[in-house]
Amino acid sequence: MALTHQDVLHIARLARLRVSAEEAETAQTQLNSIFGLIEQMQAINTQDIEPMSHALDVAQRLREDKVTESDQRNKFQTIAPAVENGLYLVPKVIE
Amino acid sequence: MINSSLKALSAMLADKKISAVELAAQYLDRIDALNPRLNAFITVDREKTLAEARTADTRRAAGEDSNMLGIPIAHKDIFCTDGWLTTCGSKMLGNFVAPYDATVISKFKQAGMVSLGKTNMDEFAMGSSNETSYFGAVKNPWDEKAVPGGSSGGSAAAVAARLAPAATGTDTGGSIRQPAALCGISGLKPTYGICSRYGMIAFASSLDQAGPMAPSSEDCALLMNVMAGFDARDSTSLEREKEDYTRDLEKPLAGLKIGLPKEFFAEGLSAEVAQKIDGAIAECKKLGAQMVEVSLPNMGLSVPVYYVLAPAEASSNLSRFDGVRYGHRTAEYRDLLDMYEKTRAEGFGAEVKRRIMIGTYVLSHGYYDAYYLQAQKIRRLIAADFAAAFKQCDVILGPTSPTPAFNAGEKASDPVAMYLSDIYTIAVNLAGLPGMSIPCGFSNDGRPIGVQLIGDLFSEARLLNAAHQYQLNTDWHTRIPEGLK
Amino acid sequence: MKWETVIGLEVHTQLTTHSKVFSGSSTAFGAEPNTQASAVDIALPGVLPVLNKGAVERAIKFGLAVGATINRVNIFDRKNYFYPDLPKGYQISQLAKPIVEFGSLKINVDGEEKTIRITRAHMEEDAGKSLHEDFHGMTGIDLNRAGTPLLEIVSEPDMRSSAEAVAYARALHNLVTWIGICDGNMQEGSFRVDANVSVRPVGQAEFGTRREIKNLNSFRFLQQAIDYEARWQIETLEDGGRVQQATVLFDPETGETRMMRSKEDAHDYRYFPDPDLLPVKLDESWIESIRAAMPELPQAMRERFQREYGLSVYDATSLTSQLDAARFFTDTVSLAGEAQAKLVANWMLGEVSANLNREEKNIVDAPITPGLLADLIKRIADGTLSGKLAKQAFEGLWAGEGGVDAIIEARGLKQMSDSGAIEKIVDEVLAANQKSVEEFRAGKEKAFNALVGQVMKASKGKANPAQVNEILKKKLGG
Repeated sequence: MALTHQDVLHIARLARLRVSAEEAETAQTQLNSIFGLIEQMQAINTQDIEPMSHALDVAQRLREDKVTESDQRNKFQTIAPAVENGLYLVPKVIE
Repeated sequence: MINSSLKALSAMLADKKISAVELAAQYLDRIDALNPRLNAFITVDREKTLAEARTADTRRAAGEDSNMLGIPIAHKDIFCTDGWLTTCGSKMLGNFVAPYDATVISKFKQAGMVSLGKTNMDEFAMGSSNETSYFGAVKNPWDEKAVPGGSSGGSAAAVAARLAPAATGTDTGGSIRQPAALCGISGLKPTYGICSRYGMIAFASSLDQAGPMAPSSEDCALLMNVMAGFDARDSTSLEREKEDYTRDLEKPLAGLKIGLPKEFFAEGLSAEVAQKIDGAIAECKKLGAQMVEVSLPNMGLSVPVYYVLAPAEASSNLSRFDGVRYGHRTAEYRDLLDMYEKTRAEGFGAEVKRRIMIGTYVLSHGYYDAYYLQAQKIRRLIAADFAAAFKQCDVILGPTSPTPAFNAGEKASDPVAMYLSDIYTIAVNLAGLPGMSIPCGFSNDGRPIGVQLIGDLFSEARLLNAAHQYQLNTDWHTRIPEGLK
Repeated sequence: MKWETVIGLEVHTQLTTHSKVFSGSSTAFGAEPNTQASAVDIALPGVLPVLNKGAVERAIKFGLAVGATINRVNIFDRKNYFYPDLPKGYQISQLAKPIVEFGSLKINVDGEEKTIRITRAHMEEDAGKSLHEDFHGMTGIDLNRAGTPLLEIVSEPDMRSSAEAVAYARALHNLVTWIGICDGNMQEGSFRVDANVSVRPVGQAEFGTRREIKNLNSFRFLQQAIDYEARWQIETLEDGGRVQQATVLFDPETGETRMMRSKEDAHDYRYFPDPDLLPVKLDESWIESIRAAMPELPQAMRERFQREYGLSVYDATSLTSQLDAARFFTDTVSLAGEAQAKLVANWMLGEVSANLNREEKNIVDAPITPGLLADLIKRIADGTLSGKLAKQAFEGLWAGEGGVDAIIEARGLKQMSDSGAIEKIVDEVLAANQKSVEEFRAGKEKAFNALVGQVMKASKGKANPAQVNEILKKKLGG
């Protein structure tokens, strides 16, 4: 199964990556060669195998419900691209 | 001085033969002299470093005598460091001065270690040659035409050239071990969950693990004593009793059962590397270790599995780089979508974009089961292979990398060839196991070759022990490139 | 053609934890923008989530309250999409293995009881807020709310009218506030409702195509939105059109729903298990200790009121529609005596409720306490106060004039039960109203009531009405 040009444009959009037609073409070739490698997985019968999401079989630890953080807005916003009145500014969001 | 072990530096500092400031200044001078050639560091800040050194001297003057106090170390630029530029090798974070310390950084600070700066790396730790860094490729100190390996290539090169006596690295699919091998130093990737991931910029969360890089395994053990340990800020951090990783260093090798997986010695392994690995095996036998053949039947699938799982996690982990709260934002944009797409297209390099696209695709509607879920299932098979192997042996030994360091540019345009250079290291991350690379010789053209030791979960001390015993009887780890002495 | 509306609700309840679900930031409402947004909340590179025990505890509490399965192992997933108020570019939620599944809740509409099935309830984090005031044509992002714990409660499409949907939403609102997992403040967004609405011809088994109305923050809007949407879908179908799956918004100004996005541009969320969070494994003993600490739930309490106090379904339901009211009722009953439970119920649903409504007050802010109401009930029970006088006494209590006995004294409300005194008034009234007496004797029953009225008036309402009746009958009959 090979990725089409449309597939590449679709995933680039999903990932919010602008790609030129030329970049999309290169990406298509490279992704298809990588998926050539990945397809080796399909030869394995994995019925009844439990998927492994974590390296170790450990349970989630729970944190006590306590407020431990204090206001660091000024520090955090000195590195922000655009702020005003303590808010992060972005192009108008239309809902 | 420049080739001193951490133990020796510690003694000199304790005996006041040198101050932390003097020691840091020596390394800073060496960085000034050699880094322009090697490009191992992205950020060096003499004032900050010397200030930390002064603090260490003050602490010592006040009576503190912890063994790492005042020892310099270089940090991979993946660790957030309060007040330091922390780029992760990316234009995306080219202006990112971290507002907090990673837990690993805090631990080194608490121990009184002095940061020499932030080392170069493949962008977002995605690469095996350090050629994907936005800040330029790193050169291998043994041969500047060669790559240092990746992604912790800056750390490996810095230690190999003795621009730093030690460095931190991170390893998602071999990123400590492979550059350690290619640069002729020692590097340990601990069991997943041993070192906190808090403040370490995520590549693939279920695989990422921080670890030490230094000339010797003894150095690595001392560094592990500082950097390992439970962190309540990381849900995957393990609550275990504190360990002394140096405790077993002096144990003899006699009786150790070393497993040799036949899959590690099959097609794809260069003759030169095979020969040096055989040499290492012979040395271990001489020291009393026993060799047993084991098998990891699904190891061949580790590369495909990894290139589904790691990009999938990465595609999500890297979504936060959107130009809204920090980092790069494109100069001009029409609307929100335009801002997102241009910011991310400009901020990320080609390899990062490639992996984001792979990850996005394998998680997208209709492909999840065939790729992501299938990869997770095979991951379990790979982990089970190791578990079975460790019923027959104590430690697994094999090559770290199929070849010595390759030339810069050689694989840059062929992602698949590049990905296959991690074929011996990736499975270890998938299984969450500790793995280590130590130098075991040189190629005919003088490039270092590394041997990999893999242990069962939590067997770091045993790996360090085996490595140390080997290093007591060999001198590969003490060698420095001729031109850099 | 006759149509049937089918409704399922997805309700986002904000949990009452002090700190956020994955960080130690405060969840307090109304802080300055981004002052409660920690490194984790703004998704700085390298930060990691750690799960708040308080959020899990509240989710378990809810599951127990609706008789659901509590999944002993449940898992957090990432829901990936880009939006400026979503700092990580993904929301941490639970998809495949939520903490709660297969519960139910009973509702009452027009005296009929109905069970609404609850498909699931899962923990997730809230997003920040986009402020659209003018920042030179830009939008401002406040991440104080980002990471606030939510429990999303999803029902089966079991409701058949907006009235049922509102009854379910109200019952749910009552329950989550009752067990204290949510403050229920709809203005502040603590309880937000999405309604999935479809229509089908009566008798058809398959569901029609649904549209989802997002973010309804009042019961009135919920009702209006469903009514409008159902009408719109029916009209569309009757006009030969087709309903397309879509997400819509309700505009309270116009009372209409409008399309937000169609199914075609629905997101591909690329869910996968969050590698930063391990499976949540719940300890049996923890669940049992939460179960043991559960308060009596509204449904059980309602049934008990009917059984033990003989209250009607309607009265019992009303008294258990809010925890504070139910507490007020049980406290009053325990002070006034169980025999007076029905009288207490009448007063609470009568005078108390009317006064609260008029003043738009909650019962906890009422000037009257269970102690005062119980005292009043006692004075009615022992005959000191007639119903009518009791109302005057209640006015006094509400106005803060002091205790019941003091008010009776001050306002002179004591009921006249001295039969000699009453007889004297009756005699005077009979003498002064000969016409009525003759009419009564001529067979006009109504005239009797007029005479009673006159006696009561002459006694300034204080004569014991039962005694008045008795004495009048005796005198007229004699």
